[in-house]
Amino acid sequence: MTDHDHGHDHSRTFQPDHAEPTSDGARIGLALRELLIEAGHYTAGEEQSVIEAMQGASPENGGRIVAKAWTDPGYKERLLANGAEAIKELGYALEPYEFTVMENTADTHNVIVCTLCSCYPRALLGMSPAWYKSSSYRARVVREPRAVLAEFGVELGDDVDVRVHDSTAELRYMVLPQRPAGTDGWSEAQLAKLVTRNSLVGTERDLKIA
Amino acid sequence: MNEPVFHVGQRVRIADRTPPVHHRVPSYAKGQVGVIERVCGLHGEPEKFIRGDGKPPQRIYRVRIAQPELWTNYEGTDGDKLEIEIFEHWLEAAE
Repeated sequence: MTDHDHGHDHSRTFQPDHAEPTSDGARIGLALRELLIEAGHYTAGEEQSVIEAMQGASPENGGRIVAKAWTDPGYKERLLANGAEAIKELGYALEPYEFTVMENTADTHNVIVCTLCSCYPRALLGMSPAWYKSSSYRARVVREPRAVLAEFGVELGDDVDVRVHDSTAELRYMVLPQRPAGTDGWSEAQLAKLVTRNSLVGTERDLKIA
Repeated sequence: MNEPVFHVGQRVRIADRTPPVHHRVPSYAKGQVGVIERVCGLHGEPEKFIRGDGKPPQRIYRVRIAQPELWTNYEGTDGDKLEIEIFEHWLEAAE
């Protein structure tokens, strides 16, 4: 490994550099980014703050919104009518997108997909799961939603209709799952912890009380 | 100005065309008939972003399509729906 001896082992301390871009697409992306910054469309600092905001987003934000809707009927009404405005009340924003919240009920189950690419309310819920971006999920959940949901453990009877929402343009979606039975009197903070990422996308239906 | 052309509950047909530029209508929805579920806001026209800024903006509607009408041999209930965002210039009134 090393032909000199100075008290540490290079094979253990070596850290590989961040990989250089190898595909044409990645090189073009980097070049475009540098041109945009050089031409003054935005600064590197602004880019960094957007990245940090997205890294700070997580499904916990969705849990907070859901818990508020479960405990405040007026808020739920505002959330379903105009999600983008309603989340501002809790300090969130998703501009320039419209934010649409779809409510699960005893006889309706909602599930979200973006068949054309992988649109997802990232600035609110963080990065989307890998399966959400897979061509298999995107192609199949519109064509055979019940089979796909069953693979996620959601078995729906004939008494429940499925609504698949294809996020094709400028709207972003979140499912409002049903509040589990046995949670009367729970605080918003307790309720928020029950909400999972998959329940916000619609690939989980019955939330579990730990 | 920019008043919506279609209203909630109206039957509409999604155009069946494939412009040679980026557009936001998946193949499976082209030519399909559905009902306006919701009238949304004005947004830049995707086809006009290849050169320019997408202006003038176009109205988006959410169109609700019955799943059994959309797919052959669909397995589910008659009440299963697919809902999709479609720009106004892709819609025409349907019987």
